[in-house]
Order: sequence, then structure tokens, then C-alpha cells
Amino acid sequence: MSLKRRRILPGFGLTMGYTLAYLSLVALIPLSTLALSASGIGWARFWHVVLTPRVIAAFRLTIGTAIAAALINSGFGLLVAWTLARYEFPGKGVADALVDLPFALPTSVAGITLTSLYAANGFVGRWLAPLGIKVAFTPLGIIVALTFIGMPFVVRTVEPVLQDLELEIEEAAATLGATRFQTFRRVIGPAILPALITGFALAFARALGEYGSVVFIAGNLPMRTEVVSLLIMSKLEQFDYAGATAIALVMLVMSFIMLFLINLLQRWSTARHAPG
Amino acid sequence: MSIEVRHIRKTFGNFVALDDVSLDLPTGELVALLGPSGSGKTSLLRIIAGLEPPDAGEVHFDREEATNRSARERKVGFVFQHYALFKHMTVFENVAFGLRVRPRATRPPPAAITAKVNELLKLVQLEWAGERYPSQLSGGQRQRIALARALAVEPRVLLLDEPFGALDAKVREELRRWLRRLHDELHITSIFVTHDQEEALELANRVVVLHNGKIEQIGTPDELYHSPATPFVYNFLGNVNLFHGRIEDGQVYIRGTSLPANGGQPDLAHANGKDAMVYVRPHLLDMNLRPIVKGAFAATVRHINAAGPKVKVELTSQWGDPVQVEIDHDRLRELQLEPGVEVYLSPRENRVFVYQI
Repeated sequence: MSLKRRRILPGFGLTMGYTLAYLSLVALIPLSTLALSASGIGWARFWHVVLTPRVIAAFRLTIGTAIAAALINSGFGLLVAWTLARYEFPGKGVADALVDLPFALPTSVAGITLTSLYAANGFVGRWLAPLGIKVAFTPLGIIVALTFIGMPFVVRTVEPVLQDLELEIEEAAATLGATRFQTFRRVIGPAILPALITGFALAFARALGEYGSVVFIAGNLPMRTEVVSLLIMSKLEQFDYAGATAIALVMLVMSFIMLFLINLLQRWSTARHAPG
Repeated sequence: MSIEVRHIRKTFGNFVALDDVSLDLPTGELVALLGPSGSGKTSLLRIIAGLEPPDAGEVHFDREEATNRSARERKVGFVFQHYALFKHMTVFENVAFGLRVRPRATRPPPAAITAKVNELLKLVQLEWAGERYPSQLSGGQRQRIALARALAVEPRVLLLDEPFGALDAKVREELRRWLRRLHDELHITSIFVTHDQEEALELANRVVVLHNGKIEQIGTPDELYHSPATPFVYNFLGNVNLFHGRIEDGQVYIRGTSLPANGGQPDLAHANGKDAMVYVRPHLLDMNLRPIVKGAFAATVRHINAAGPKVKVELTSQWGDPVQVEIDHDRLRELQLEPGVEVYLSPRENRVFVYQI
């Protein structure tokens, strides 16, 4: 009797080895180097760098705007995904391609375009300025840029789930007397929630590390519109490698914890809503 | 509740799914909508349920017009071929759904909901499955849950769209008998769609045969089987041999051989000289080694299948057409048939349809 389970395609040893080697090479080694070089500066220096008001403000801004952008994308991305999954309309192919554009466009191009649009004399900013709404060079501008780059993540994770959702279960809910709102809240919502959380997590993670599109529209005023990735960059430009490394390490740990929590949340909602 | 359907028409693009269909179903019946795929049977069911609007025509429930009511307002129980259970809810929650979504004023208190759901789970013999999820149940069990869920809202009509279509033969038969018993207990007007003639004849009090968006015949299973109104119905309700013939002097001739015209025949005298189609069921053909009966014709045995309650013999007639005959096992031994043997076939009963009278 053999204890090994037979599979159609062989090669567990090889693929597992490859996976570990690849992950180490691409992710683990660079990241551990970061930790290693940060450890060279000592705890006292580390805390001194990390706890300066400028750094704390940058963290607060980065996380706040990333959450805001991911939330906006969850709402509107869901709508876009719904429209693309459910309806046939002329130009659907174009709309579908537009969703992926933020993936393909160099983020700096997006940043420059958004800045010129939303500047006080820009195409859109011109109409917002008299209302007292300033977008470019404010946290609002950062949210706009992060929303732009995060949008495809939500749409592309939710869309396939919506496509797989049978129309019949909505019809079943209707014949059982559920209103449209009840059908959405009790039947469709729980089915797409795990995908929506994944989309949110991806958009959020992308926004945390975003650099290219933000530098142009943010204005980069220390304490006010300076995001963490930019702060690291400016430390590097001043040859403050230790400071940059310390901040980067904190960023790394925080991203990891947040992604881990979101993963747990997602696992919980999947277990609850779609077992077996 | 009685259901009346008047002059329903439904098209999908150029395809006419239902063409001026009218139907009157009294309270408490178990009705089968029978037809091949594309005959419009599912469209008709969905129009009755309010899931699909008709292009023209009316639907009446208890003599009240209901055409413009939504599915939600019609209070029908609908069972889907692929169950359409809510995957993220337990079996209990699935069944309770219809009660929980009621407006606060008519929603039963939680204890009453629990009692009702347990009662229904007992009815479908799945009281142990309340905390399971649909994915943990077999197809037959899922369909029973779907039925319990539909019954929870106490519908006035139960509509079932190919309810056994996705199940394997054994489970299907079991569930069929079980549904029959359930209907005898609850007496709720029920309509089910099927393409399986055996299922329709076994289960329904009344069968509606649909073909190309039109009703071919409405009747009890007995009426349908023994006096089919059209060639289509005859053909659809079981295996059949088809012979092309002519009518002369009130007799049917198949290329010169006259067949005895017996048993509920239409009057053929006025149809002299017309072409006719002769339908004979395989078990209604007698087989002999010699032409001892008048009107017998020769045929050569091609294949014998003795696995089953009857022996199925495939032959080629003297005119070169394929013929199927069913005989008893005893008869097979008497005749000592084997492929290549020539035998004589004589219809014990046939049904003649006359072209273009």
C-alpha cells in the first residue's frame, strides 16, 4: 500500500521547490535585506526617525487617503462591474477596455493629466474653484489619483463573480416575495461580498505604495500633502539612507499586517457564505 | 386556485415561442406541460409565474386578471430545474427566506417561523439537514429543499420547471412518486414542465401537449395515450412505427397490402384516394413465421435486444423501412428468432391519419 496520493500531473516536489525559490528571490530576500539594513541603525535612531511629526503625518495621510480611495472604488467599481456583467449596450467593448487603462498607463502620465485637469485653472478645477473646492495639491487630489489607479482592481475581481451569479436565484427570491432591495441585500450581496473585500484589499494595497501619480497632484507639502512613498524618496535624495530604510520598514510591516487582516476577514466571509 | 390563460403570444426575436395559447386549469389539478425543447412549455410556465411578460394575451388567477402583477405579487411557488437555492444560506434559512422577507406587519414571529420551517423540513423528509448548506446535499435532496422553500409562503399555485430534469433516473422516479403523494395531501394546483412523456403520463391528472408554440392536445393521460388527437401526439407519447399508405374503399393499403382498419378509426369512406400515415406501436404488431393473418407483411430480423421486460426486435420491412416490434420472452423462444430470419408482421391495432382531407 502506498501512502502517496496519486495525481494525474506529477511534480509536487519540483513545483513546490520552484515556488519557494521564486518567492525568496523576488520577495523575501529584498525585503529581509531591508529589515537587515534597518536593524543596523539601532532602536533609538529608529524610533527617533519614525516618530517625528512629519513621518507620522505622512503615514496618517497615506493610510487615510488609501482607505478613502479603496472605499470609493468599492462602491463605484461595484456599479461598473454590475453594468458590464449584466447588460449589453453599444460600446461595451470600449467601456470594458477603459476599465483596464489605469493598469496600462504609466502612473506618472496619469498624475500629470489629473493635475492639469484639477488645477485651479484646469478643465475641471476651473468649475470647482469658485465653489471653494480645491483638488490639486490637497489630500482630495491624492484621493482622486488613488481612486484612478485602484479602480480596475475592484471591477475585475467582482465582475466574474457577478457573471457567475445565476439570474434564477434572483427570480427565486422574487417569487418568494422579496422586494428588489431585499433580493440585493440578502441574496446578491452576501454572494459578492468576498470578491468585494478582495477588490477593496487590492485597491488599498496598491494605493498604499503609489508614487508616480501622487507626486504630481499632491504638491508634497510636508505635514500636509506628503505621502510616505514620497517621504522615502526625499530621504534618499538627501542621502539619509538609514531614515529611508526605517520608514520603509514600518511601511512594510503595516502593509503586511493590513493585508493579513483583510485576508482573515475574507476567509471568514467566504467560510460563512460559501462553504463546501 | 384556478388558472386561465387567454390568447398568450410570446416571441423571442424571430422565434415564436407561444402562438395564441389558451388554457383553462381548474383548482387542485396536477397538470403537466409536455413537449420537446423549443415547444414553448417553459415560456408558458414563466409567463404564468410572472417571470416573463407575454407579448399579448392575459393570465387570470381565480377569474381575476393577473397579467400585470409582478412575480412577487402573484404568490406562486416556483421550483427551478437547477434548484436555484441560496448557496450562502443554510437549508433552514433557505426555507425560511420567504417568511423573513415579508413586511413587518404580516411577518410571523421568530418562533412561528422556526416551527413552520421545521414542519416543512419534516414534510420533505429532511429535518436533519437544517444546519447544512445546499452544497452538502445531493441533487434530489436539494430539489426537495427547493420545494419546501416554495411551499413556505403558502402559494396558491405551485409551478415546477423540469423539476426532475437534472436528477438521475432512479432518484427521478422516487421523487416523482413522492411529489404525487404530496399533491394528494396538499391539493395545491400544480403545473410542471417536462419533456419526458413517461413522467407526464405517470404523474399528472391532465397533460397539455405543446408543439411549436401551440397546444396539440389537452387531456387525461389515458385519453392522450389511447386517443391521440394528432400524429405529433401519437409520435411523442412513445415509440411508434410509421408507414405511408393510401386509402381505398375505406381500407388502408400500404403499397398494395391492405391493413385491417379497427379500433376507434375515423370514418375513412370520405377519404378515398388520399394518402395516409399509419402509426403502429411496437407492442401492437404480431409476429408470425408464416403469413397466417390477412394483411400481414414480410420483414427481416436485424437485431434482437432481450434485456428488459419485453424483447425489442428491430426489423426491415419488405419495403425497406425500419420496423420495431416488442414481443414477450416466451414468444421469442417459440419463434427461435435470430438475425436474418424472415417473419410476417400484422398490426393488431393501428391509427390512421389522413393527409389533407
